[in-house]
Amino acid sequence: MAVMMYWEALQRAQDEEMTRDPLVIVMGEDVGVAGGTYKATKGLYDKYGAERVIDTPISENGFTGLAIGASFIGVRPVIEIMSVNFAWLAMDQIFNSAAKVRYMSGGQLTAPVVIRSPGGTAHQLGAQHSARMEKVFMGIAGLRVVTPSTPKQAYGMLKAAIRCNDPVFINEHELMYNMKGEVPDGDYFHPLEGSEVARPGRDVTLFGYNISVHWCLEAAEFLATHHGIDCEVVDLFTLSPLDRAGIKASVSKTHRAVIAEEAEAPVGVGSEVIAIINEECFFELDAAPLRVSAKNVPIPYNHKLEKAAIPSAKDVVHAVLKMFGK
Amino acid sequence: MTPANKKRVLREMLFARRFEERCYEAYVERKIGGFLHLYPGQEACAQGVMEAARPGHDYVITGYRDHIHAIKCGADPKAVMAELYGKETGSSKGRGGSMHIFDVEHHFMGGYALVGGPFPLAAGIAKGLKMKGSDAISICFLGDAANNQGTFHESLNMAKVWNLPVLYVCENNLYGIGTRIDRSTAVVDQYKRVCGYDIPAAQVDGQDVEVVYQAAKTAVDHVRSGKGPYFLELMTYRYRGHSMSDSNAYRAKDEERMWGKRDPIIILRDRLVDAGEISLDDYKAMDTEILHQIESEIIKFAEESPEPSVDELEKYVLADNDPYVRGGVR
Ligand SMILES: Cc1ncc(C[n+]2csc(CCOP(=O)(O)OP(=O)(O)O)c2C)c(N)n1
Ligand SMILES: [Mg+2]
Repeated sequence: MAVMMYWEALQRAQDEEMTRDPLVIVMGEDVGVAGGTYKATKGLYDKYGAERVIDTPISENGFTGLAIGASFIGVRPVIEIMSVNFAWLAMDQIFNSAAKVRYMSGGQLTAPVVIRSPGGTAHQLGAQHSARMEKVFMGIAGLRVVTPSTPKQAYGMLKAAIRCNDPVFINEHELMYNMKGEVPDGDYFHPLEGSEVARPGRDVTLFGYNISVHWCLEAAEFLATHHGIDCEVVDLFTLSPLDRAGIKASVSKTHRAVIAEEAEAPVGVGSEVIAIINEECFFELDAAPLRVSAKNVPIPYNHKLEKAAIPSAKDVVHAVLKMFGK
Repeated sequence: MTPANKKRVLREMLFARRFEERCYEAYVERKIGGFLHLYPGQEACAQGVMEAARPGHDYVITGYRDHIHAIKCGADPKAVMAELYGKETGSSKGRGGSMHIFDVEHHFMGGYALVGGPFPLAAGIAKGLKMKGSDAISICFLGDAANNQGTFHESLNMAKVWNLPVLYVCENNLYGIGTRIDRSTAVVDQYKRVCGYDIPAAQVDGQDVEVVYQAAKTAVDHVRSGKGPYFLELMTYRYRGHSMSDSNAYRAKDEERMWGKRDPIIILRDRLVDAGEISLDDYKAMDTEILHQIESEIIKFAEESPEPSVDELEKYVLADNDPYVRGGVR
């Protein structure tokens, strides 16, 4: 196990896969000569050249569609979309081409593309650079959606996504690229379906994904130390398909659920998890599940307003205390 | 084109016409549902280009008016008709329909319903072919109105910057549904719009299959020889409404009459008759034989084929049992 940063884990995964398979390519704005906005493609241009590490024009729908077309005949493109806010421009190709082509061709064609993109609120980037889109992607049949919370997951999911025959959207976070963690040394493939118990507990399940897993872990520490509440933290690293069995297992054990997401509540991960709880294990519940989520506003620029708009570990703590009547 | 080739081309274009007319009837009989976009009037476009290309070897992609392009690549007309009937034996197993014919075995990479969607997909196929060192090229057929999508400009730019082996064929039938081109498009001659990307382009008569073939030969040779993308504009006309739900009330009768006299099938037929290659009786016999084939083989197959089973509704959404979904150490 080596300790590395999240961006280094992504870089290593792409480097290894590009060495193994000459049909793996990387595409995006500034991924080549400039080495990637978040360094995830650092050094690849020098090693593999301009044919495989492609600096694209600012044409999100165009280059995403191009990657999808290339994937039809065996190329394995990894697309980096600089910010998920720009992925809206590529929605046509993601939604109408990549996700649907297997089905509408009766299984003849598939689009094994990987689309990586950071979403979420960083530091005062304003409304058009701070939104998240996982709620949109997870509603698309034919597309896999994963969201790594650690460097290990980032590495293993990207490698699995490159080799998987389905289109995969990897939701990253601007604030997490420098996060450090252990990454296995050999080829490691993280599952693209399921969830993980990041911290076992008895009293309540805190569901998180990507950055909110870390709020949940922080909240769990605090609640254990100061309130004697033993939280289980479940990392929903797969948003599509959501892990029904994992959600059911944990709620059947703790009988309580809080879902933490950085996005706004309407039509979100929290609503889906609660729907699954209703469908799978409603009678196990001792309390109504709660959502911790962003305010339903475009993310403001002002530092204080920005902080107030998105949740944090503190909000998770408050939700749990409220649930326990404290 | 040799005389023998011309006779085959005439037969294939007449087949395309009769196939589409039979689709019309089947639609009226409610055997075919959804949107149905037919090709009569434009036959020389797909035919002429594919005569110059290598069907089944070169990769072809297009929009929703796709039946004939698929057949030109080598798709079995029975499977195409069965697809229109929504049958399990259809080219997309009844999951696609008229606008989504696919025959990957013959390198027909699909019909797509989003206007402009195939432009970047075609460039991507070209990128893949280039990476693999293949001598196949990528050919994208779309309409005139599609050129007002951003994907047109984004794709031409990328195709040029990366010198991709892609041929863009614009079948300019002067209309996007009911909107005549000059009412929607600042520059009516589509080939002129391409000069902004420094891509060679030509505009020719799309009703004369020999003219299309000659122009397409230049285009295909250019692309195949590694010189990068090419844009070919074919001036054509559709004889029916945009789709079956189109009243077709927006076109002047004079205009329709004028183009009606430029029927690609009649142009070639008369030329062959004048040259003494065929007689009008030969042509009638050919027509009778085609109509019989469509009825006794193609329609029969579509009618008699089974529908997909509802048990398999959720098949083909994602790969079956992909090992990497489970993860692990290897
Ligand atoms: C993105 C998108 N917008 C609108 C439509 C509806 N629509 C279908 S065909 C069409 C006209 C396209 O005309 P053209 O590209 O000239 O092709 P033609 O039908 O004439 O062959 C329109 C507006 C669509 N299918 N996709
Ligand atoms: Mg048109």
